[in-house]
This record gives sequence, structure tokens and C-alpha cells, in this order.
Amino acid sequence: MAGLSKSDSSHKSHDMGMHDEQLTGRTQQMYFSPSEDENFEHAYAYDVDFSKATEFDCADLSTTDINIKIRNLMKEGYGTINIINPMGKHALGVGILNRLNLTFEGSLGYFACGLIDGPNVHINGRVGWSCAENMLAGTVIIEKNAGSLFGAAIRGGDLVCKGRAGARVGIDQKGGTIIVGGDVGAFTGFMMQRGRMIILGDARENLGDSMYDGTIYLAGKAKSLGVDAVEAELTELDIRYLKGKLALYGMEAPNGIENITKISSGKQLWNYDNLEPTEKKLVL
Amino acid sequence: MTKKQSIDHFLESDGLDSEREKIIGQHIGYRYDVNLVPDMDKITPFLKKYIEFMGWKDLNWLEDIHMGYEEGRAAVFDRNINGWVTVPESMKLPDNQQDRDMIARELLIKFQMSPNHPLVDLRKAYEKFN
Repeated sequence: MAGLSKSDSSHKSHDMGMHDEQLTGRTQQMYFSPSEDENFEHAYAYDVDFSKATEFDCADLSTTDINIKIRNLMKEGYGTINIINPMGKHALGVGILNRLNLTFEGSLGYFACGLIDGPNVHINGRVGWSCAENMLAGTVIIEKNAGSLFGAAIRGGDLVCKGRAGARVGIDQKGGTIIVGGDVGAFTGFMMQRGRMIILGDARENLGDSMYDGTIYLAGKAKSLGVDAVEAELTELDIRYLKGKLALYGMEAPNGIENITKISSGKQLWNYDNLEPTEKKLVL
Repeated sequence: MTKKQSIDHFLESDGLDSEREKIIGQHIGYRYDVNLVPDMDKITPFLKKYIEFMGWKDLNWLEDIHMGYEEGRAAVFDRNINGWVTVPESMKLPDNQQDRDMIARELLIKFQMSPNHPLVDLRKAYEKFN
């Protein structure tokens, strides 16, 4: 097969014993140590201090230079970084696996803040498509509008757009919470697998199309629901959760939280269970 | 309306309930409710300290962490190793899923932040940037 080659036995991973284990099944036979010391950071995280703040102008810097500068500032212990003049550059603030307060004073282009795991990002402007794609943890707050594919394949954390967002918001969402203060485009929640989406405006066609799991809370109206997206009962726990979550970002449901529509998967597309016995028969 | 399952259903049985599951010998779907939103009244002191340390105001990514059940044991899924990590058998489990989820979150943080986590060695062996 193209691109596959035998592992180089001189690689240091062999000396570390990383090729000795026989992999049998999905369960990792490791056990938690509940008495583990209190430690809130990954072993490889930079030790930063939120009260140590700095600012830089990125007007004349390239995307790579800006991202490396952010990394170097974290290495130096800066926990609060303010970036001015981003001027719509693409792929800024990506791959940050650390706690950090990061602010952009202006709009960003596409793929902003992707693959992040932990930081609190504030964007005082707009963002292009695929903002915070594959985000793992942290918060990203956008004060204005967002493009299409907002939060594509997000896995965790809170992603907030205070304005409107384009089509396919949260496509392939696998976790986390996406909040949009205004309207969202067509196919929002397409192939959603888990996580939560809170839309305070209206949604265009096919909201939640082919969603396998997860929950969409819609304060406005949907032009249409997608295949297998069905209305569900809003529970008292949902209401408490929504109140708490919206209050965090100073947002409100225009008609009251009690009037939000909850949409979940009808699970009619869960047909892999039907296929497997047939496949077995064919093999036999 | 579906019958409410015992909280220990997947600890006390193989989870093969439907005819289809019996035929394929595998439970279909998750072994816990992935859509259960957290009850913040149940948060533990450890988790409070963690979210304060990270500069967050709620559970953030931990909202998606639940106590699951794998091979008849309580376990937590760790996305960083793409596998289940089992909860010590000696640990007494509370009688409701919300409290169990908070314990799962706490244990997962302790596991992920431990210097013994597999990601630490993986990073040493394969990291591209330092």
C-alpha cells in the first residue's frame, strides 16, 4: 500500500518498548490512581501565569511567525496575550494545547483557532470558514459573524458566535457546545454525532440532517428539519443547563428559555445493526 | 415509551437486550446517555479547582465525559488514547449517573495529567515540534 513502510527498528520508540505490547481489543488495561497528586496540567504544558500579560502587533508578520510567537510567549510564561491588527489572516491561533487567555483585536480569516485544547480565545471581530475546527477544549468567543463550517468536527469546549453563522455549522460535531446568537445557514448540525448546539436565531433548511446523536436547542424557527432530526422534550435539567450556559456569555433566548425547541436524533439511521447479520450470512 | 433501565444494567448484564444485539453478539449504541447534560450542583471540589485553574466558568470539555461501562466494568473513555480506562473495582459507585459522571471526570483528569499517561511517552518518541 502506498505510503506504508515497515517501522524503522532503529527509531527510539523501539528502545522505549512501544512496539512490544500485544493489542487485544479496545479496552486499555490501565487503572486510575484516585490518589494521584492534584495536577491540572498535561506533563508537556507550558507553565503560564494569567497575570503575566503582553501584546504585539501582527500586521507585518506571517501566519507562521504569529503562531510561533504565541508559542514562544507561552514558553516565557505569558498567560495573557493580546494580538492587534490580525487583518483577516488565516489559520491564526491554531494548535494551542495550553491554558491561555488570547485576544485578537480584529477579524480573522479561515481556520482560525483550530485544534486547540484549553485556551480562552476572544475575537473582537468576524471569522471566516471553519473557525475552531476540531477544537478539543477551552472557549472561543466571536463578537461578530462567522462563516460556514463554524466549529466543524468540534470535540469539546464552548464555541460562541454572538452574531450570525453560515451554512453547515457544527458539521460532524463530536462533542462540545456551539452557541450562535443569531441565525444559522442550511445543513446546520449535519451528521452531528454528539455534543450540544444552542441557536438563538432561526435556522435555514435541513437543520440536523442525518444527525446520529447530540442535541440542538433552537430558540427561533427552522426552515425545515433534516432527515432523522426530531423534536424532543425539553426537561427541567435542560432548562437549568441552558440558563447557566447562556448566562456565562451574557446571552438570552429572545422568547425565553422555556420556549426553546429541543431537537435530537430519531435514530432511524442507526442501521448498521441491520447490515451486519446480512453480511455474516453472505460470508457463511 | 422505553422502560427505564437500572443504573447498573451494564454492570449486571452483557447488555445484549434486543434480538438484533443477541444475533450480532454486540451491544448497539453507547452504554450511557451521551446527551445527559451535567448537573452543576453535583460538581466535586477537585473539579472546581480544575476549572478555576484553566480559567473556565463551567465544566467545559468535561461536559462530554460520562462514566461508561466496558466489559462489565465501570470505565471512562479517554480520547487521547482512544480507549477505555477502567475505574478501580474497589471504588464504590454512587447510585445516580450524575454523581458517577463527576467521578469519571475527576478520575480522567487525574489520569490524563499524570506523568504516567501514555501520551507522555508517545510525545517523547514522536513529537515534531518542541
